[in-house]
Amino acid sequence: MTEVSRRDALTCMLWAGTGVVWSVAGGIPRAASAATNGDFSFVQISDSHIGFNGPPNMDVPGTLNLAITKLKDVRGPTSLLLHTGDVSHLSRPAQFDTADQIIGTSGMDAHFVPGEHDVLEDDGKKFFERFTKAGARGYYSFDQGGVHFIGLNNVQNLKSGGLGLLGAEQLAWLERDLAGRAASQPIVVFAHIPLWTVYAQWGWGTEDSAQALTYLKRFGSVTVLNGHIHQVMQKVEGTVAFHSAMSTAFPQPAPGTAPNPGPMKNVAPGQLNTLLGITRVHEVAGKGPLAIIDTPLMG
Amino acid sequence: MAQGMTRRASLLLGLGAMAPGLGRAEAAPVAVVIEEFAFTPAEIKITRGTKVVWTNKDDEPHTVSDATAKKAFKSQALDKGETFSLVFQEAGTFAYFCSLHPHMMGTVVVT
Repeated sequence: MTEVSRRDALTCMLWAGTGVVWSVAGGIPRAASAATNGDFSFVQISDSHIGFNGPPNMDVPGTLNLAITKLKDVRGPTSLLLHTGDVSHLSRPAQFDTADQIIGTSGMDAHFVPGEHDVLEDDGKKFFERFTKAGARGYYSFDQGGVHFIGLNNVQNLKSGGLGLLGAEQLAWLERDLAGRAASQPIVVFAHIPLWTVYAQWGWGTEDSAQALTYLKRFGSVTVLNGHIHQVMQKVEGTVAFHSAMSTAFPQPAPGTAPNPGPMKNVAPGQLNTLLGITRVHEVAGKGPLAIIDTPLMG
Repeated sequence: MAQGMTRRASLLLGLGAMAPGLGRAEAAPVAVVIEEFAFTPAEIKITRGTKVVWTNKDDEPHTVSDATAKKAFKSQALDKGETFSLVFQEAGTFAYFCSLHPHMMGTVVVT
């Protein structure tokens, strides 16, 4: 791949909340004008943690509700919504009910993958029955707007000292799912735990993601969306753009900036909603990458 | 949830009672605190028949899960303030971890 086409493939957009649009090329962010006049877009929310009740957020349903309201402002004509897991805090039926009800008010076509908080009971059966009807084990794929979407489950059967895990069965399914597909079709992968190693010491990565990425390598545009770490992080590797979303519930510290990855409790009054948010992804016509715009709930 | 955990602990107690060691005088329970995403102390040394009680002091839920393929024990997700206990009747080294945060690891050495 030439340097120029590589650079083209590395472009994606980040709106960091102050109204500035950033273009990240070759991993180096720079201010740029917005290029959001593509044909197709969708939105992502993550880590709603319904059932969490403590500093810095005593009203987690309230901030999820605010996120859904915000979606109406930024979503444009799309009806597609991805939720990248930790819908609930403790996998309780009442927490699933509340989340379902609030997200339902968006009127959007919502697709979910499980977070580790969603599969605490019954090996996740209750979550899968309710939120991933297309995949009894929490992983599945579908096509929309010319894009192939793949929801993955990397939150179960974790090993002591390890990271997120897809497992042999799911990897075999992924390989079959992608076999014979045109390399020109844009691919969007969404999973809870990042599929690249953000910070191994906190378990922020997926042990066998390298194997998954070998199946995705031949595609011209691959966008990998995650949650779990409650903050925006990006990385680009060849034609694969990795992006993690903010939570709608509480922020977590940047890797290594705190003794542990627990919720940031000492958020100044009024600042919480600048650290929570939603993500809108836009297919930019004629270019490989998808544009990704993060919008905080406030600020 | 507390009831469920009590049931689970009782079940293991029952299993333990069938193992050799029945009738030994029980030592005082040993406490392990789950705090700041760590088990403290990370390693404890106990004698057979000792009960270990884990208490979660984090806002984040954690579990106490057998780290080996045997998966002999696993607590429910412990919310803040909840406890889980196990009586170790057999000698050996028992590695465990939090199945939600696999980088949290601990060991119980039973002699």
